[in-house]
Amino acid sequence: MTKSITRTGLTRRSVLRGATALGAAALILPAGMRAASAEPKKGGILRIGMGSGSTSDSLDPGSWADAYTQVFATSRHNYLTEIDADGALQPEIAESWEASADAATWTFKIRQGVTFHSGKALDAEDVIASINHHRGEDSTSAAKPIVEGITEIKADGSHTVVVTLESGNADFPFIMSDYHLAILPAKDGAIDPASTDGCGAYVLDSFEPGVEARLTRNPNYWKTDRAHFDGIELLPIVDGAARQNALISGQVDVIDRVDLNTVHLLKRAANINVLSVTGSQHYVFPMDSRAAPFSDNNVRMAIKHAVDREELVEKILNGYGTVGNDHPISTANRFHAGDALEQRTYDADKAKWYLKQAGMDSLDIELSVSDAAFGGAVDAGVLMSEKSAAAGINLTVKREPADGYWSNIWMKKPFAASYWGGRPTEDWMFSTAYKSGANWNESFWENARFDQLLAAARSELDNDKRREMYVEMQGLVRDEGSTIIPMFANYVMAHSTAVVTPEKVAPNWTMDGFRVAERWWFA
Amino acid sequence: MAHVWRMIAQRLALGFLTLFVVSLLIFGATELLPGDFAEAILGQSATPETIAAIRRDLGLDLPFHTRYIGWLSNVLQGDFGKSLANQQPVIELISKRLGNTLFLALYAAAMAVPLALILGILAALFRNTVFDRMSNALALTSISFPEFFVAYILILWFAQTGYFPSIVRFSPGIGFGESLYRSFLPALTLTLVVTAHMMRMTRAALINLLASPYIEMARLKGMSPMRVILRHALPNALAPIINVVALNLAYLITGVVVVEVVFVYPGLGQLMVDSVSRRDIPVVQAVALIFASAYVLLNLTADVLSTLSNPRLMHRR
Repeated sequence: MTKSITRTGLTRRSVLRGATALGAAALILPAGMRAASAEPKKGGILRIGMGSGSTSDSLDPGSWADAYTQVFATSRHNYLTEIDADGALQPEIAESWEASADAATWTFKIRQGVTFHSGKALDAEDVIASINHHRGEDSTSAAKPIVEGITEIKADGSHTVVVTLESGNADFPFIMSDYHLAILPAKDGAIDPASTDGCGAYVLDSFEPGVEARLTRNPNYWKTDRAHFDGIELLPIVDGAARQNALISGQVDVIDRVDLNTVHLLKRAANINVLSVTGSQHYVFPMDSRAAPFSDNNVRMAIKHAVDREELVEKILNGYGTVGNDHPISTANRFHAGDALEQRTYDADKAKWYLKQAGMDSLDIELSVSDAAFGGAVDAGVLMSEKSAAAGINLTVKREPADGYWSNIWMKKPFAASYWGGRPTEDWMFSTAYKSGANWNESFWENARFDQLLAAARSELDNDKRREMYVEMQGLVRDEGSTIIPMFANYVMAHSTAVVTPEKVAPNWTMDGFRVAERWWFA
Repeated sequence: MAHVWRMIAQRLALGFLTLFVVSLLIFGATELLPGDFAEAILGQSATPETIAAIRRDLGLDLPFHTRYIGWLSNVLQGDFGKSLANQQPVIELISKRLGNTLFLALYAAAMAVPLALILGILAALFRNTVFDRMSNALALTSISFPEFFVAYILILWFAQTGYFPSIVRFSPGIGFGESLYRSFLPALTLTLVVTAHMMRMTRAALINLLASPYIEMARLKGMSPMRVILRHALPNALAPIINVVALNLAYLITGVVVVEVVFVYPGLGQLMVDSVSRRDIPVVQAVALIFASAYVLLNLTADVLSTLSNPRLMHRR
């Protein structure tokens, strides 16, 4: 028996629409002041200034890591599936998909008539080779862990792909939208990772890593209502002030990662709109749950209550964000707990009470921070240290070198700063960083009930039951977990008023889910 | 003249030895940095298996000396290898950026050196006048501010008002004049940063000589102050001036990464910083060798020119 999962079946629940009041995609400017999103017009070269990108960037899909390579990749490639601005899954190269009853076998119908820039027609072999690039013993891909659940992937005819998973996963089609899993042309069963060929909206003209990439519109693009610009120029401008200057002086049309310290000044500039989107990006402070004193949940709860979240959002994010409730599920996700879980606030007395439960009068801990974890992490540590003193917690902030932070500090020191871009589904986020023994379980937290729920919810196709389970899991992470999640940071971008954005800008990643090149247009 | 050639040959040989030592030091220093390419490129997404696979692919699991000797023997055959990060040949990555870096360095030098010499000579000539004080104060002010601050001020004055672009983009097919226009602000920033050093040295060297008896003799003969300085003092002050100019030229080639970042200028400094942070050793090595060669060659040129400008060294007994 197969159960068909249609587009509507996976659409975000209307319950969540109410949550937009919390700012699911709050644009700073009132709707009336925004340029009217009329019929998209074709034409113009969009120049994008990105706050990332370096001379070491490569074309290999397994190596894409920062927003520059991600926007660049999404401009020239297509994926099996696409997440739309509402967080719902849409078909892209896969026309439709079906799951077996246990959600462990997925059948994707591949779209007919799609061609690569080189003229080659796309078929099932290309899809299989593109996914296999990330799998296997010799894979060097950063996406290897997310396709690890696949045990077999094979073609059934020229335009059908059947994927067998280790165990059921109701969210598997979501995973196929991951930015690493671009569809490249296959040759002898493998893709060439250095190839620039794709089937996306724009064709690559030239790419000089760390300097610029130029693309022109793919005249044969199968989506007729997308890709409105004649061309794209993608520039890495890592320095925040240089990026703003380039926008103000009209050398670029769009920038990402607006410097939050000066955003109020940028808003004053004429002909510039600041765009702020609440997504799943969050900043965290994992504690090593195996090591004393963090092995005692009372200590963890004491520290969680000693964090002034409002202040962090106000001072570190300059208001461009929302408070976190110590679980990693954002309002942009489908099963966000919302009012089912009370918002945790700063409470020094409660923190003291928890310390007493742990048999302590005061607590001395060291927090390792660096701005490599997230911009403002050092300042955030200092603020936390100030506030937790009132609760009898002596938090020493240790500034670590940014260079090598992820290999030497993160998951090595017992208490450190980190961040997550967030994942489009609850299962993905939880199994990446909260499941017992997961590679990136940065707090080394283990909870049997949580793991059990995670496995059950993954293969459950009934959305109401899933919701119940995911809400319980958010509660578990919040009250027993070993990670402080004080804030969700908005994606803050800015563009000239000549650029028109759709009514709703996607919150799943920065730059309209990386799809700025095919979703926006010039007025 | 023969001893000059001998000196050049000797210094070049020593230069090669220096380059060898530099390459060994850089290789060792990169080794001492925490983490390697595999960890740096995967960052937060690293897993033990993928790190092991990358190391296996690129031979990073081999011992230090094997990798160094392998690299050295390739370089001796003229093969600088490929970037670990994007598999492009190192020569290709570097050649364009080296061109950009040299262009900016020469552009800045073409403005800074004449400016510094003229200001220095005039300051010596009008010593302790308002002009001397003003030019000293201005030069010292501009050298005392950090480069990025000077750059931001210039951007505020000249770029936000629309006279010059705030980021430098060399689009394909732009002419020489357009290139000069687009990179004017970074060149001006560098000019402001390096002028003071050369100007003060020129002034000091000249003033030092102006106290010597033969200058007094020239003055007593009734020569004009300008002629005294240009004809009699300057030739003897050339050696220190040449040295400080060479030092500043080397700085313009090797030390301008901050200016490159602020103006998004595609030069070698940015490449070096990116490659070090990704532990991309072949690129780091090649750029380090270029920087070291720049110092060796410029110092050699300075020494040769000082020798040529000094008759006592040219006609030794």
